[in-house]
Amino acid sequence: MLIGKAVAVPDRWRMFWKQYVTEMFQLGYNSIGIVLIISFFIGAVICLQIKLNIQSPWMPTMVTGYTTREIMLLEFSSSIMCLILAGKVGSNIASELGTMRITQQIDALDIMGVNSANYLILPKILGLMTIMPVLVTLSVFAGIIGAFATTLLGTTSVAELNEGFRYEFNQWFFWCGMIKAVVYAFIITTISAYKGYMVEGGSVEVGKASTSAVVTSSIFILFSDIFLTNMLT
Amino acid sequence: MIEVKDLYKSFDDRMVLKDINTVFKNGEVNLIIGQSGSGKTVLMKNIVGLLSPDKGEILYDGRDFCKLNKKEKIALRREMGMIFQSAALFDSMSVLDNVMFPLDMFSDKSYNDRKRRAMECLERVDLHAVENKFPGELSGGMQKRVAIARAISLEPKYLFCDEPNSGLDPKTSIIIDELISGITHEDNITTIVNTHDMNSVIGIGENITFIYKGCAEWKGSNKEILQAENKPLEEFIFASDILRHMKIAQDQESQQAAATN
Repeated sequence: MLIGKAVAVPDRWRMFWKQYVTEMFQLGYNSIGIVLIISFFIGAVICLQIKLNIQSPWMPTMVTGYTTREIMLLEFSSSIMCLILAGKVGSNIASELGTMRITQQIDALDIMGVNSANYLILPKILGLMTIMPVLVTLSVFAGIIGAFATTLLGTTSVAELNEGFRYEFNQWFFWCGMIKAVVYAFIITTISAYKGYMVEGGSVEVGKASTSAVVTSSIFILFSDIFLTNMLT
Repeated sequence: MIEVKDLYKSFDDRMVLKDINTVFKNGEVNLIIGQSGSGKTVLMKNIVGLLSPDKGEILYDGRDFCKLNKKEKIALRREMGMIFQSAALFDSMSVLDNVMFPLDMFSDKSYNDRKRRAMECLERVDLHAVENKFPGELSGGMQKRVAIARAISLEPKYLFCDEPNSGLDPKTSIIIDELISGITHEDNITTIVNTHDMNSVIGIGENITFIYKGCAEWKGSNKEILQAENKPLEEFIFASDILRHMKIAQDQESQQAAATN
């Protein structure tokens, strides 16, 4: 019912666009830092683990780069990064809406005759669905840069990694990541918005809603990861 | 004018409002008073449509709010302004954006005209040079005044105030009361104030409904309330020492006057 109320034609388009841009900035742009840092280090660690623990003399030298690319593209940047963002963005949405609920800001919108669910939730859903593919793309690139950074340790060479990164690149894997990103963005925003919007009580309930939003979104992401991976690849 | 007829509201098995019948007059400050837990907030929430009554009618100049369709309800809501106990200003917006919000949402005027109107409303509540501040940077009294400015920006026909003096010092409370009263009379709107502040009752209560245990126990004005012969109302009013002493002094004066005559 709440989603039905949220996904309606906005009362005023100029207010919707304003909110949409704000949400893209708050939920997406403000997450770029954490996405780049985590992806860089995880890319580097994946590369090191494969080089040190998996690669053996009978394997081609490009295996390290190839495997790192595929892990980043297929799973880490699209799914694990979204799982991490569920923590950051999900708690942000739930606590923001929960606080607005308990301080009667949502009641104020309703009394003015504004469709509060539409005004508050729809820009968040569409904003994150727009920006999430960008974050996933940045994550893949940051992971690859992280992998290249390990060449400074001398465990592998730029040429080996380069060969692996270019080896049999399947463009569809990139689009799989994009589809997953959009689906997960929808899961994170709808679940967290529902948890926050429906809060009753005080600050303790807002905290509980925030935790519940993160846990529930994470579980839904993990379940849908299985179905999407099976369906898309 | 807002009429409440035969209104009932319960939560689970607990009856909170029972057979409420009252009229809130146009161009007057109408007060709903009562102890905490008496049901006055539930009554206010029913009137503004945040809750739906189990039974009864809420008539806005003859239009039954409960029977209106979604579109009509939205149209009626645009004739309402509300000031919440917590002010309920939007934290993420500046003072100016808060006051402009209803205009941005519902007015087709240009940006400059909307801004001009918002500034007029801020001046009306005596707030100058705070338009770029955020609600968190203002005192409680200033937040309430911004809430009043936001509530009147669309020139409402009905103004609702839920405990507007809650958490304010007596002097600021008087300022807020005077603002509400002034706006009501100047703009000829139907104002309903939900309060348990006796200073407001005596100061601005032109039409008072006293709620006791979910029933409309007494109705009258601030001129009549101190002489009212109603036990629950007397217990409520004279819980305040100042008013009890005022009543004793009034009684003594009238006894002396009677003895002299």
